[in-house]
Amino acid sequence: MNPVDTSRRAFLGGTAAFAGVALAPGILLYEYAAAKAPGEAVSSAVRWGMLVDTTRCASGCTACVDACHSEHGVPKPARPTDAQWIRKVELKDLRTGAVRSAPVMCQHCAEPPCVDVCPTGASFKRADGIVLVDRHTCIGCRYCMMACPYKARSFVHEPTAGQKTDTPRGKGCVESCNLCVHRVDRGGTPACVEACADAGHRAIVFGDLNDPASEIAQRVRAATTTQLRADLRTDNGVRYLGL
Amino acid sequence: MSTRPAPAHRSPPAWPSGTAPRGFAALAAAGAAVLAVALGAAHYMEEHGHVVTGMGNQVVWGLPHVFALFLIVASSGALNVASVGSVFGEAAYKRRAPVSALLALALLAGGLMVLVLDLGRPERLVVAATHYNFRSIFAWNMILYNGFLAILVAYLWTNLERRFVPLSTPVGILAFVWRIVLTTGTGSIFGFLVSRQGYASGLVAPLFIAMSLAWGLAVFLLVQGALARWHDAPVPEAFRLRLRRLLGVFVATVAYLTAVLHLTNLYWAKQAAFERFILVDGAPYAWLFWAGWAGVGTAVPLVIAFHPRLAGPRATTIAALAVIAGAFAQLYVFIVGAQAFPLEIFPGYATSSAFRDGAVAPYVPSLPEALLGLGGIALAYLIVLAGARLFDVVPRGIDAPAADGGG
Ligand code: SF4
Ligand code: SF4
Repeated sequence: MNPVDTSRRAFLGGTAAFAGVALAPGILLYEYAAAKAPGEAVSSAVRWGMLVDTTRCASGCTACVDACHSEHGVPKPARPTDAQWIRKVELKDLRTGAVRSAPVMCQHCAEPPCVDVCPTGASFKRADGIVLVDRHTCIGCRYCMMACPYKARSFVHEPTAGQKTDTPRGKGCVESCNLCVHRVDRGGTPACVEACADAGHRAIVFGDLNDPASEIAQRVRAATTTQLRADLRTDNGVRYLGL
Repeated sequence: MSTRPAPAHRSPPAWPSGTAPRGFAALAAAGAAVLAVALGAAHYMEEHGHVVTGMGNQVVWGLPHVFALFLIVASSGALNVASVGSVFGEAAYKRRAPVSALLALALLAGGLMVLVLDLGRPERLVVAATHYNFRSIFAWNMILYNGFLAILVAYLWTNLERRFVPLSTPVGILAFVWRIVLTTGTGSIFGFLVSRQGYASGLVAPLFIAMSLAWGLAVFLLVQGALARWHDAPVPEAFRLRLRRLLGVFVATVAYLTAVLHLTNLYWAKQAAFERFILVDGAPYAWLFWAGWAGVGTAVPLVIAFHPRLAGPRATTIAALAVIAGAFAQLYVFIVGAQAFPLEIFPGYATSSAFRDGAVAPYVPSLPEALLGLGGIALAYLIVLAGARLFDVVPRGIDAPAADGGG
């Protein structure tokens, strides 16, 4: 690592210490501590994840969906061919009749089937657990969509318009939730998490599952949470509470 | 088994003066026209994106994949005649090894063309050829397919070039082993999709091998009949009858494995809803399964293959056509039906969403998809046509004393 990066790291470390003193602990502290310097390799010491609290998620609310799609320049979905990075699923317990609502997006599996099947390696998992598609090596075979147990991926069926600089998209390639990697790498949180909090629900918690002090790690420790289709042993980074 | 050395390997000139088949130009032009339309359709799909197809985010593989899978699976089975010749030394089969290998090559090329032109980014074939994810069965299949093409070329060469004839047996054995692996690999593309109810079975790979034998032989029978008429070189009756019976045996094997697959699925409670969809109330899949596959694709050829009064060449052709029609129905149910059925993401819950969670996905194939699929058949047809024109692959004259018994 060159000296510039080292000093930047030291600076960030200082900022983190300062933030720890100045801000409410547990909310922003871990974000700054984990902020990654540009060019710095992602670390497997971190495992980014999300906790969806279905008891707080409001039926019919689509704040997270809208925020995601505007963040990434994905047009508002209307047809079966339109991309949906995240969607709201309404649930009804078949035995008790209890209703729930929950957002479903890429679950950022630790053992991602999409990555296993991708012939070119375009689907890949970063060391910190974020699963991404390399827009430049995806050949559009859609095998990953066949393999994903959560219908989390979309194929870009048409020429794209209104692209955002942080989210390159392209006709003929597959895409999915990237956990707002551009925000996370700058120490931020995904757009859906922010929008849900802004809407007053705070149903999605984002953070480092490996950091025992983080809110997500504490809540996962405190209550029983579910990974969707845990029987498939994909070890999802997204967990659900209240199912 | 016959012991008489078969005059299987003759050198060019392929066409003693006056015996060149008629109408090559017209036949080739017809095939080229279909191929050109298919390439136009593929270009149209690439220009506009897959939005002009019937495929969406739930049914992501559609009619093109039905055609491609049929051609690729049939390719391996089309080599069966050559394999019996090379591996088991049957003379009547060995004489037809070149046609068999040429057909296998043609079908595989046609299937790969469809598969590649359906990609979202077909122009990135270079990427696919230089970036391999060795954990991906798909990547392995690309190696298997290309290897098979190379082996088939070598095999044809050893059969047609007198100097290399002694090599034709070892190369034939290599091709035999390779094609078994290849068909297993093709079946495994689906076997790896653990999250899809339709594919989660260890029977998928053996079923694909049985299907390849039946479908490949059906195509071989059609092509053999057509080439014989084109060349005025009739297929010996005894040989055709053996293949007819063999077709019946293969079709029965496919039927047996398919029945076991569905019965074992029915045994697992969590698969029951999916089986009900495929077999009872999922239109058009249940129809395709019973009328298309079970009726046309299985019952008709079985009756023809074993009924003594249906032994004529025309009945054999009908049986072969019925097997092929049934194959398309079966693949459509297997590929499209399994995707149309909703994924079970929240067991124990009824689900609904704007992304069609919990709902059956509609799929209506579009014209460009169908044209692209037909293009794969056109390419295979052209390769066989050109191969038969250029090389001496069609056996003429009388076979060795008709060997009896099944092949
Ligand atoms: S949820 Fe689907 S797309 Fe996301 S990592 Fe898992 S298999 Fe891949
Ligand atoms: S569509 Fe793209 S990302 Fe998905 S498996 Fe194919 S090459 Fe990989």
